[in-house]
Amino acid sequence: MTPGRAFLDLLRRDLLLAMRRRSELANPLLFFVMVIVLFPLGVGAEPKLLAQMSAGVVWVAALLAALLTLDSIFRSDFEDGTLEQILIGAHPVPMLVLAKVIAHWLVTGLPLLLVAPVLATFLGMNPDAIGALMLSLLLGTPVLSLIGSIGVALTVGLRRGGVILSLLVLPLYVPVLIFGAAAVDSAASGMPVTGQMYIMAAFLVLAVTLAPLAAAAALRISLS
Amino acid sequence: MSEQPISLEAHHLSCIRDDRVLFEGLSFSIGSGEAIVLEGRNGTGKTSLLRILCGLRRPDEGEVRWQGIPIEKNYVDYYTRMAFVGHMDGIKRELSALENLRLSRSLCGSGNVSIEEALETLLLTGYEDIPTYYLSAGQRRRVALARLLATDARLWILDEPFTSLDREGIALVENLMDEHVGAGGAMIMTSHHEVRLSTPGVRVLNLSAREAA
Repeated sequence: MTPGRAFLDLLRRDLLLAMRRRSELANPLLFFVMVIVLFPLGVGAEPKLLAQMSAGVVWVAALLAALLTLDSIFRSDFEDGTLEQILIGAHPVPMLVLAKVIAHWLVTGLPLLLVAPVLATFLGMNPDAIGALMLSLLLGTPVLSLIGSIGVALTVGLRRGGVILSLLVLPLYVPVLIFGAAAVDSAASGMPVTGQMYIMAAFLVLAVTLAPLAAAAALRISLS
Repeated sequence: MSEQPISLEAHHLSCIRDDRVLFEGLSFSIGSGEAIVLEGRNGTGKTSLLRILCGLRRPDEGEVRWQGIPIEKNYVDYYTRMAFVGHMDGIKRELSALENLRLSRSLCGSGNVSIEEALETLLLTGYEDIPTYYLSAGQRRRVALARLLATDARLWILDEPFTSLDREGIALVENLMDEHVGAGGAMIMTSHHEVRLSTPGVRVLNLSAREAA
């Protein structure tokens, strides 16, 4: 059995599991939509104000929706013992962690990315900025999943890891939020966004290479 | 089947849990055709020892060697030839027995017994495609044990394998163990039930007796 085959099989299994738990699938998406829909009701329907805040609102909502679903990366596997089996498999654990994170992003991050333009338009975002929003979310949401996987791996053994997880992960999310929202704001005022996008891409590269290693090490600690 | 002899050595293992020494200086070895039954009262470290042997937990002192090499350095070979069934079944309830075992095979390598044959041996014919959510606890345990047959495991490490099995199931699994050890495999297990194995290579290791001595 080659490592590549194990990677694909695990990815496929996690997607299959997500399909069999459809209600969980809808949860983050519903949260994302609700936050953005409720926002104008709270602050008032002043079009100029909403358009100005739209970048920040969409990004914060995406970040919180990602946080909401993080626990599911490893929790159920930890509880039924399949995580042990992954750790004592014959393949490198960081690679399998990456497969699980990719599956998690496809299930929770990608849907947010797809509905974001609709919701941004709804908030009156400058149409020129929609492309930048999509690109920043495309680069940023995988980073959220990857960083989150380290936090979940560290806290999965704790009975009530929820609060610690947020405290661990949120500070690391802040740079992604700042550059993501800044990119959209720049685009809305007609300025170039390449700088922010490069930084976001650098975050992504860094996270893809290092987060699986850190999460695998953390899982070993949590399971021992 | 490559019938290269196998050997697992525990070398001066110590385990400390919450400032309490569970065992120290524990050494033993096991090879082809041998089986060890771990005994001891609750809380004497049977499960901890098994998890150390699997490499899930690091020993506080000492090391575990597979074919003479520490397992961390030899993990690819060790993990393709070792199978562990712990307290938890390690199967996904949303997936069928077939889907569960297919993933186990791609993680740990496949043996020369097909998944269908493994499930048939454990009397699970007809339950292959049903999500294991609908199976009883004993049937789920059998799916977990079928993993031993479906992967290329020469060393079985089993923590309370008889949990939730009925009398017939226990006899069946004991038979499989005899066959496995008889065919040159090795096995380390814990059990609260009396284990009736007919192979000659069975030893008993009592962790609470060591503590008293």
